[in-house]
Amino acid sequence: MDLKTKYLGLELKNPIIPSAGPLSADINTIKQMEDAGAAAVVLYSLFEEQIEHEALEIYHHTSKVADSSAEATSYFAEPIDYKAGPEDYLKHIQKIKETTNLPVIASLNGKSLGGWTEYAKQIQQAGADALELNIYRLATDFNQSSLDIEKTYLDIVRAVRNEVTLPISVKLGPFFSSVAWMAKELEKAGANGLVLFNRFYQPDIDLDTLEVVPNVLLSTPMAMRLPLRWIAMLYGRVNVDLAATSGIYNEKDVVKMVMAGAQVTQVLSCLLKFGVGHIADMLTRLNYWLEANEYESLDQMRGSMSYKNVADPAQFERANYMKVLHSYK
Amino acid sequence: MIRKKVTIDGNEAAAYVAFRTNEVIAIYPITPSSNMGEWCDAWAAENKKNIWGETPSVAELQSEGGASGAVHGALQTGALTTTFTASQGLLLMIPNMFKIAGELTSTVFHVSARAIAAQALSIFGDHSDVMSTRSTGFAMLSSNSVQEVMDFALISQAATLEARVPFLHFFDGFRTSHEVMKIEQLTEDDMRAMVTDEMVFAHRQRALTPDAPVLRGTAQNPDVYFQGRETVNPFYNVCPDIVQAQMDKFAQLTGRQYHLFDYFGAPDAERVVIMMGSGAEAAEETVEYLMAQGEKVGLLKVHLYRPFSINHFIDALPKTVKILSILDRTKEPGAAGEPLYLDVVNAISERYNEGTLPFAYPKIVGGRYGLSSKEFTPAMIKAVYDEAKKDKPKNHYTVGINDDVTHSSLEFDPNFSVEDPSTFCGMFYGLGADGTVGANKNSIKIIGEGTDFYAQGYFVYDSKKSGSTTVSHLRFGPKKLRSTYLVNRAQFIACHVQVFLEKMDMLKDAVEGATFLLNTKATKDDVWNSLPMTVQKDLIQKKMKFYIIDAYKVADEVGLGGRINSIMQTCFFAISKILPKEEAIGMIKTAIKKTYGAKGDKIVQMNFDAVDKTLANLFEIEVPAEVTSTTVLKPFVPAEAPEFIQEVTGQIIGGFGDSIPVSKMPIDGTYPTDTAKWEKRNIALEVPVWDPAVCIQCNKCVLVCPHAAIRAKIYDEGLTSGAPATFKAVKFKAKDFGDNLSYSLQVAVEDCTGCGLCVDVCPAKNKQETRLKAINMADQLPIRESEAANWEFFLNLPEFDRTKLNVGAVKDSQFLQPLFEFSGACSGCGETPYVKLVSQLFGDRAIVANATGCSSIYGGNLPTTPWAKNKDGRGPAWSNSLFEDNAEFGFGFRLAIDKHNEQAKTILMKLSAELGDRLVLDLVNAQQIDEAGIYEQRQRVVALKSKIEELLQAGSDKKADLEHLLSLADYLVKKSVWIMGGDGWAYDIGYGGLDHVLASGKNVNVLVLDTEVYSNTGGQCSKSTPRGAVAKFAAGGKPMGKKDLGLMAMTYGNVYVAKVAMGANDAHTVKTFLEAEAYDGPSLIIAYSHCIAHGINMETGMKNQKAAVDSGHWQLYRYNPDTAREGKNPFRLDSKGIKIPFKDYAYLETRYKMLTKSHPEMAARLIEEAQKDVTDRYKMYEQMASDKAE
Repeated sequence: MDLKTKYLGLELKNPIIPSAGPLSADINTIKQMEDAGAAAVVLYSLFEEQIEHEALEIYHHTSKVADSSAEATSYFAEPIDYKAGPEDYLKHIQKIKETTNLPVIASLNGKSLGGWTEYAKQIQQAGADALELNIYRLATDFNQSSLDIEKTYLDIVRAVRNEVTLPISVKLGPFFSSVAWMAKELEKAGANGLVLFNRFYQPDIDLDTLEVVPNVLLSTPMAMRLPLRWIAMLYGRVNVDLAATSGIYNEKDVVKMVMAGAQVTQVLSCLLKFGVGHIADMLTRLNYWLEANEYESLDQMRGSMSYKNVADPAQFERANYMKVLHSYK
Repeated sequence: MIRKKVTIDGNEAAAYVAFRTNEVIAIYPITPSSNMGEWCDAWAAENKKNIWGETPSVAELQSEGGASGAVHGALQTGALTTTFTASQGLLLMIPNMFKIAGELTSTVFHVSARAIAAQALSIFGDHSDVMSTRSTGFAMLSSNSVQEVMDFALISQAATLEARVPFLHFFDGFRTSHEVMKIEQLTEDDMRAMVTDEMVFAHRQRALTPDAPVLRGTAQNPDVYFQGRETVNPFYNVCPDIVQAQMDKFAQLTGRQYHLFDYFGAPDAERVVIMMGSGAEAAEETVEYLMAQGEKVGLLKVHLYRPFSINHFIDALPKTVKILSILDRTKEPGAAGEPLYLDVVNAISERYNEGTLPFAYPKIVGGRYGLSSKEFTPAMIKAVYDEAKKDKPKNHYTVGINDDVTHSSLEFDPNFSVEDPSTFCGMFYGLGADGTVGANKNSIKIIGEGTDFYAQGYFVYDSKKSGSTTVSHLRFGPKKLRSTYLVNRAQFIACHVQVFLEKMDMLKDAVEGATFLLNTKATKDDVWNSLPMTVQKDLIQKKMKFYIIDAYKVADEVGLGGRINSIMQTCFFAISKILPKEEAIGMIKTAIKKTYGAKGDKIVQMNFDAVDKTLANLFEIEVPAEVTSTTVLKPFVPAEAPEFIQEVTGQIIGGFGDSIPVSKMPIDGTYPTDTAKWEKRNIALEVPVWDPAVCIQCNKCVLVCPHAAIRAKIYDEGLTSGAPATFKAVKFKAKDFGDNLSYSLQVAVEDCTGCGLCVDVCPAKNKQETRLKAINMADQLPIRESEAANWEFFLNLPEFDRTKLNVGAVKDSQFLQPLFEFSGACSGCGETPYVKLVSQLFGDRAIVANATGCSSIYGGNLPTTPWAKNKDGRGPAWSNSLFEDNAEFGFGFRLAIDKHNEQAKTILMKLSAELGDRLVLDLVNAQQIDEAGIYEQRQRVVALKSKIEELLQAGSDKKADLEHLLSLADYLVKKSVWIMGGDGWAYDIGYGGLDHVLASGKNVNVLVLDTEVYSNTGGQCSKSTPRGAVAKFAAGGKPMGKKDLGLMAMTYGNVYVAKVAMGANDAHTVKTFLEAEAYDGPSLIIAYSHCIAHGINMETGMKNQKAAVDSGHWQLYRYNPDTAREGKNPFRLDSKGIKIPFKDYAYLETRYKMLTKSHPEMAARLIEEAQKDVTDRYKMYEQMASDKAE
């Protein structure tokens, strides 16, 4: 069965890619992903804020106690050769490239415009095949309008586009007044792909300690409905590759997403739950499903259930709101 | 050849040469020499090479004794080997020094000379240590300046290889070891030229090797030992000439000509001072001045002190000399004179007797100066020369102090100065943590390396570890700087913390027309009225220029928090105009890039932003003509303080310790306790404030407070009548002691350091606003006065009856009065809560042996001590012997106390009839297992003393026995011996003794305050340091696992052993302390102590403790031999399993995290191995806990 697909200019052997997350931090796990059949890997995100935070933290803890006592003018053996930047991340890219044949899609979360472009350049130099911009930003500023926020997104994409030749995708959250408009504008700004959708972690309240706790929950199959709809809406109407992420657990989810118009599907929660070997299971079952349903290739079905190609596009729009509620009863 | 100019301190200068001319370096930390070892370890970690292209092996030992043993061994096997030390450390090397010299072995020991602990420990500089090694056979070469340190390090290395006599190369601790000076750096070519390969081959050829076996280190008998000892004479005879030849060779290379004795002064001098060390620099400066006044004075600077070459010495003196004044920086009580004096007397006498003295027999007088880095100024030096003018000059005098007891001291005019007007002098007052010293070190480098000026910096710190004051003394100028004393004629004074103006008369050292720079939150309009009266007066009378900046605001704006170094440095350059402004700013930025470049672009950018924003925030203030302020300096201690506190302690607090006369000082180093309470430091900007409505009265805040600044009391309702209006009291919630008790939680806001540990551990949250707890931090200033009054009222409320409290429960234990309060420990210290707990539970009958280290410094460094007394005048008695012998010291306490007790009981039994059988039996058989038992025994002792007095008055014929019994009666009350110290002591230098004392079976309680690093000397690796942590001497991460001290102690079977971590389980800690003390045998408690050397947020240090336990790294357990006697398993694992991976704990702390940035691959490997350490060890303990008792 021909599972080949193209994403961000990369020729991929199938549409299943582990998405950005903790699993990609370990080179051995990445090798297991390759063995299980993953088409590429999206690395965990390089967070500019985290790099800054770590540098500031070490600076703070080493400098605040220096030169305050005659006996102890410092408390740390300070190395002269210090790697306070993204060296670990860049080295990780190089190591994956050296030890596997997987295409590497790096993921970047910048803080400053300069940070986005500088780290993007370094990622390109390190040998990544593509770059996913993880613009993970909660709009909480009362003085910032939606227009301002949208402009920030576009400025970042434009700035990175100007600095690197790498294909770039943008991982978006669903919270835009107009996802469609935003998608079009990102395309104009230079994005080659959109990853739908980023899932913002939602903290919990611990009733014993009365503290807000970062309680990470894995995505459930229900979560795929949102990207499914928007991929179907956008397919063929914006000139970017679409990647589906959130709630993809099995081969049928993959089929649905491809039918909606996705070039690739990104998986993480199912791998965290079932292990990296789950990729191989999904691929086996995908092959079986396609054969059983007499498809020749994935390309054949891609977008077949999109807004553009489906018999009743209104099903994807708000017009069917009452119908959905009714069906729930 | 043009050599590089560098601006470095003496320690770095010595280490620079030592590292490049040796193959093996054995080290151990001791102030002020630790930095030499640290430099070498850091260079080795960076794989830097010696002149033969090899990286020297740098190895830390368990003590200086061990280091010298390793040196001896490495030398015997042919490696060029060195070490660095000072003070007690040097004394521990003496046995090996005799061996090394006796075996004619080439080596150089670099020593930053320091005082020896006598009536008190002192970390500061004098020659007491090096003078104690005179008889070892080491040659002794003295460097007087930083340049000489680098030069003599090389000359001594070459000389030792040629002469086969080992060398002790020394320079003054702090004054030279820590003075930053611009010097010319030697090149590796210089070193190769001086240390030839032939010398190395010869040294190597003498090595022990099985390929050509010999025997060295024999035992000899009366028949030959003597002759054998005399064999070395020829080597010593030629050694001075060898040194001079090497000095001459060095001069050809560098142009700097040195002699064994360098004379400076009038060719026809009549009065000549002879001395060595840094003081000679100031003396030279003074001689130059006096010569210009036409005085016939001279100075002989001794470089090669041993072997003492009489010929070279006599030849160096002017033939016109009439009187020699010999100054020694040491004291030898009971000697006929100090060492250099005696050597000079002997030299003159010998040559006179031989008839070869080339001048008339001069008068010879000697004096002592500069002990423990006591200032030695031109004023004092002039007094020495003036004294020499007298017909009958004093001999064996002192200079620099007021000896009003034996009247040894010379008077001097403190206003005499020889400062050259072309030299710029500045003083900068900063807070320990604000970066002032670092900024000034950078300024010196900028000026030193960016201009032709000479540059000098010296830094003075107070003895507190929290809220400490630093004063930087900087000099720059076109003339060579020889002023080896503090600045006291300043053209520039900067105050980086305005509150200092309330405490010290900072402008007293300003010259007329000087500039004053103040970091203040006051505006341009308000600042004048914010100044104390004396400051205003000085600004007006001295016609000073006045500038202000709100550096904290600028630092905040750019994200630098409290680090104002770059800002104040920019102000200094902008105002002083030492360099053109733009050039200076460019150089500051270059220095910032160099200092912080490796730490991340963000840090560099923040500092750049700070520099750029500074000038817009720097304002010159026109000094008004009139004084408007009525604010005067506060008294150093309150008027109600006792006389000694007023006359001695208060003077030291106020910075006037130098003027205290000998008569006021305790004669034997004995000081009163209970004195920290007089030193209201007011260092916290924010302090905790209690919210009784939210409080659940758990007392956890009281338990964790490192400074005993937050306390709880329960007392009868009604006692609050007359309380200040803002005093808070609520009903005590528990009914354990009846219904009518009030509860108060009170903060000593003037003693609090504002660490916030109390707030962090508070479990109660405000139900409306969960960000608030039952205690919350608030600004100190607005509540200072009212809370001080509340504190006073609180103190006067009665302490609750100890005998009624269930002290095994955390809450009740914290109603016990702490007898350890307001120490100078770091804000948020992880050690002091344990020390305080000991003082609460057992303090009124405790005697403490304290190993040298953090706990001896915050416990016993003048001016005050945190060890306190209760209303009955009882409290811990405390002493510090040494670093290495603390267990044995405490063991001695136990032996004496037991003997006193035994003797008292013997007499009791003997006098049973007279004293009353019932009383005697009760006294002898008293159990004293709890507070009630102790109380009852004390009552019996009162009755006993009364009975004895009665019998004595009645003329008893048992007078002698009764008087003995009276003097021993208090020993019938159980005494609790506590042996305390850090892991450097317990795991390393003191381990042998600790092991022996534990094995003795005696009832001592050992408390190891385990910070897993040598905290006091600046974070060097100990055997307690865990694998993967970065520490000094383990710059590349410690490759070996942590020693399991507890397990080793358990093997004896009769030692109570426990590990505790208050932040993980406070109830376990309290219970353990009680069990350990109750155990009638040796007890060892190893207490996890978070520390600033871990690189953590100290306000959440208790969370780090919990993480350490949750990760399994720190196991909570108790091994109680009493349980075994009951047929049960004596070992109980109190940890509740491994809950988080080791790295989740480790990477909370900079000590582990920084390795991921410096050596990421090594970090990854070590963290994996460390996880295995933890898992394996935990499993072993689980196994031990599950074992059934036999």
